[in-house]
Amino acid sequence: MAIVAKKPELLTDAHLHYCPGCTHGIVHRLVAEVLEELGCADAAIGIMPVGCAVFGYNYFKCDMFQAAHGRAPAVASAVKRVHPDSVVFSYQGDGDCSSIGMAETVHAAARGENFTLIFINNGIYGMTGGQMAPTTMEGVKATTCIYGRDPKVNGNPIHLSEMLATLTGPAYIERTACCDPANVRKTKAAIKKAFEIQLAKKGFSFIEVLANCPSNYHMTALESMEFVKTKAIPFYPLGVYKDITKEDK
Amino acid sequence: MKKLWKGNEAIAEAAIAGGCRYFFGYPITPQNEIPEYMSWRLAEEGGAFIQAESEVSAINMVYGAAGAGARAMTSSSSPGISLKQEGISYLAGAEVPCVIVNMMRGGPGLGGIQPAQGDYFQAVKGGGHGDYHCIVYAPGNIQEFVDVMYDAFDVADKYRNPVMLIGDGMIGQMMEAVEIPEYKDLNKLPPKPWASQGHNGGVQRLINSIKIDPNDLEDHNHRLFKKYAEIEANEVKYEEYLTEDAEIVFVAYGSVARICKAAINELREEGIKVGMLRPITIYPFPKKPLAALAEKANVKKFLTVELSMGQMVEDVRLSVNGKKPVDFYGRCGGVVMMPADLVKYVKEGK
Ligand SMILES: Cc1ncc(C[n+]2csc(CCOP(=O)(O)OP(=O)(O)O)c2C)c(N)n1
Ligand code: SF4
Repeated sequence: MAIVAKKPELLTDAHLHYCPGCTHGIVHRLVAEVLEELGCADAAIGIMPVGCAVFGYNYFKCDMFQAAHGRAPAVASAVKRVHPDSVVFSYQGDGDCSSIGMAETVHAAARGENFTLIFINNGIYGMTGGQMAPTTMEGVKATTCIYGRDPKVNGNPIHLSEMLATLTGPAYIERTACCDPANVRKTKAAIKKAFEIQLAKKGFSFIEVLANCPSNYHMTALESMEFVKTKAIPFYPLGVYKDITKEDK
Repeated sequence: MKKLWKGNEAIAEAAIAGGCRYFFGYPITPQNEIPEYMSWRLAEEGGAFIQAESEVSAINMVYGAAGAGARAMTSSSSPGISLKQEGISYLAGAEVPCVIVNMMRGGPGLGGIQPAQGDYFQAVKGGGHGDYHCIVYAPGNIQEFVDVMYDAFDVADKYRNPVMLIGDGMIGQMMEAVEIPEYKDLNKLPPKPWASQGHNGGVQRLINSIKIDPNDLEDHNHRLFKKYAEIEANEVKYEEYLTEDAEIVFVAYGSVARICKAAINELREEGIKVGMLRPITIYPFPKKPLAALAEKANVKKFLTVELSMGQMVEDVRLSVNGKKPVDFYGRCGGVVMMPADLVKYVKEGK
């Protein structure tokens, strides 16, 4: 019988600790598939955040770091400087990447550091139990804004891809979603493009993935996917925000 | 051959001689000459320098570079070292060897920029969260700073532990004739099979400080403390000066010890029997030599001298353990005592 799909070699057999229906597992798999397809799984070094993906190192066989909350871009910058021929990625949630680690994210992007940042935007602090994130949308309830995010009280959500696209440093920025098979395939293509940019030593690549968090949105897996599709995507438009390979032409 | 060097620049060159190839820092007085020097000098050596967006980022870059197997360091001064503390705790927890320099200034808060030693507690009692120690040196002059720095990466690698060197603006900014030792051959350094650097041959290398199972974390802490016991047994460094017949033993470190030496020489000329124990490592602290001095009949008392309100004096008291009185003389805020102040203090106190 012909094999049409199989688990990437780069992934371990460890049981995922993510909640049922969570998209973290899907994005892990996409990263692993892409690294294998590009033939650089052996050269990969992953930097895991503080957040639900903190144990991500259990699922990848490549060399890994677990970084302090928000500091993965600083760690990744240095790792890549030491081993320019390795393939470095950081994998970060929205609290990690766009709140506590905003300075590290912006400056790694501004320096044009040649690594790939996978940004999981689920609009909530998953690991700590559902507090408001910088990306929580207006009206969405969180444990630190129980009546729903009110911009007058809680401030406004941040559009990180758009913000980073104002910088000269980044080479590639794209926002995708992980809410249905078509979008998962687009997410994979974006991640592939990002790693290709890195392999070509063109600089900083950033993929924002609109993700779900059924547990803290108090939704079923399906409802949480629906939320991404009908609420998150209109507010956080998908697409390529920066691509220097296009500008080059 | 000895050459005239500015302290901070000599320290930077000594780090390179000792194998440092990666430096991550952020400007703060009085250590700016270290990042400035590294910014062009490391490029010549095929290494890299990044002016980080903050001290927080800089220490995490050290975590990345050192965790990837390189000899990496950062330097800063008091407020910046406070910002690095979470990162230092991660480095200690994940057992990533590296070197951190603190050219201390007066605090608390933004404080001032003149010499001070108010970061003693922060340096030797942990500083960041959790149970851990850095190996902390407090060299007394530029040459000693250079010599300690030269071997600091070897010590860090040997124990897979962060090493900290503390000084102040006096050492950083002054110029002295110093000799930079011969450059270490990076190819001859012991390999780091634990480093996360890609191409792992199927066995993952992980730089990590999370141990979510309490039993694992307790075991990890016990393992770290076994290592610290070994460090306490092997790495204590100190100098004794005229202690054989001393009735009063000064205890001072860093640039203050130099001021004490001048005061001691003056007092000796007047026939007053004074000497000094100068810790070179402040963690591990020279407990045993202090305890031994406390047992000696000729020693009547100890006088701890610091540029602080009294921090190291607590470790001196713990070491002397009530056997002899321990007095304290301190200035702070960036005010530096003169030898004459100490001479007067001793004569009036006698
Ligand atoms: C310095 C520091 N502050 C706070 C925390 C607590 N903390 C752990 S995970 C987390 C939020 C993670 O949320 P996010 O980055 O959005 O990732 P997710 O869990 O949603 O995947 C926080 C605040 C920490 N570990 N360290
Ligand atoms: S808390 Fe949310 S983000 Fe975290 S694993 Fe569960 S569903 Fe996923």
